[in-house]
Amino acid sequence: MPEIATQLERSSVVIAIGGAAVRVNSSDVDFLQMLEDRYSGFLSAEARPDFDFDVDLAPPAFANPDAEVSVSHRSGRWFMERGDFRAEWDPAARRGWIRQSANPYSIDAVLRIVHTLMLARQGGFLLHSASAIRHGKAFLFAGVSGAGKTTISRLAPADAILLTDEISYVRKRDISGHSEGYVAFGTPFTGELAKLGENTSAPVAALYLLAKGKDKDNENRIDPMTAAEAGRELLANMLFFAEDQELVHGAFQAACDFVQGVPIYRLTFTPDARVWEMIG
Amino acid sequence: MGKKLYVARSPRIAARKLGEEMLVMSGQGSTLFTLNPTATILWQAADGATPLHEIVERRICSEFEVQPEEAMRDAEVLAEDLAEHGILLISEEPITRPDAPVEGQPPEERQE
Repeated sequence: MPEIATQLERSSVVIAIGGAAVRVNSSDVDFLQMLEDRYSGFLSAEARPDFDFDVDLAPPAFANPDAEVSVSHRSGRWFMERGDFRAEWDPAARRGWIRQSANPYSIDAVLRIVHTLMLARQGGFLLHSASAIRHGKAFLFAGVSGAGKTTISRLAPADAILLTDEISYVRKRDISGHSEGYVAFGTPFTGELAKLGENTSAPVAALYLLAKGKDKDNENRIDPMTAAEAGRELLANMLFFAEDQELVHGAFQAACDFVQGVPIYRLTFTPDARVWEMIG
Repeated sequence: MGKKLYVARSPRIAARKLGEEMLVMSGQGSTLFTLNPTATILWQAADGATPLHEIVERRICSEFEVQPEEAMRDAEVLAEDLAEHGILLISEEPITRPDAPVEGQPPEERQE
């Protein structure tokens, strides 16, 4: 009897990111163990998660990770597909399924898409940015690949709590039913550092759009940006998968709201830890 | 003088003025546009009921000190350009649509 109980307990893993819990169900114990290792720090004992996903494991031959991701919406359901997975999600039923091989990358992509779609309806978003907490406030550092997200994460001082070096999780902060600013959460979505963020959160104090300084100048600089400049760059760095008109509009409005509610600057920096003297 | 033209904001776009610039995003293709000052005035005035020549005379000529004939020619080209990008609708009849977007107002949430 103890063995049966153990197997039943291990038929699912609950992964909680940004306060939203997703239960992943699978009959493959090794796969669940891999998820427990991969999302260590973001596992939850939540008995009533927000969504359930059943994973149907396919042979590795199913994988084609070079294919484009496709996300579409029909009859209240979301359909997600890439070379290495197919998935469907019914938000109203709070259920979905994923067909993939036993690898951690496919489900990681599905989780990013699901959270992006969920946040878009709530005025939040996932952003290509590093983020860290310092003195109780969260600071975001956005930029495309190569802009310096990993570098600024690596240079963070010991008193900074790294939320992510790759994908920031931003939600509106509701206090007594009123929206007041934004909160950044830690994520397990990693970049080059391959280090999970801390599973914690803090109010967003500022967003810095990264630009690399010239080494010969050896200068770190913070410059103001016009709201429109900030809006354009924020939109360019937001994760977005669906061509759904209402979601596109929602993401646009979310970006504009964020620009009008959070200080946004251009941060030009050289790979030098002194840049953090200007942050926080 | 040619036929009257009417212009209306497309319901397929979302728009927001950030600082001095009007940003417009198409729901199809997720394309972001930044409107110049003339296009911004035209877009804001495009209610589907006011003829284009009235918009030009009342809003554009007064703002930019340009002759009405010249301004009208430029406005027609601009309106066609915006229509090609799906930002404006153009018609020789008044355009009556209750679902035209309101600047800065998010679309209604889909019920799921």
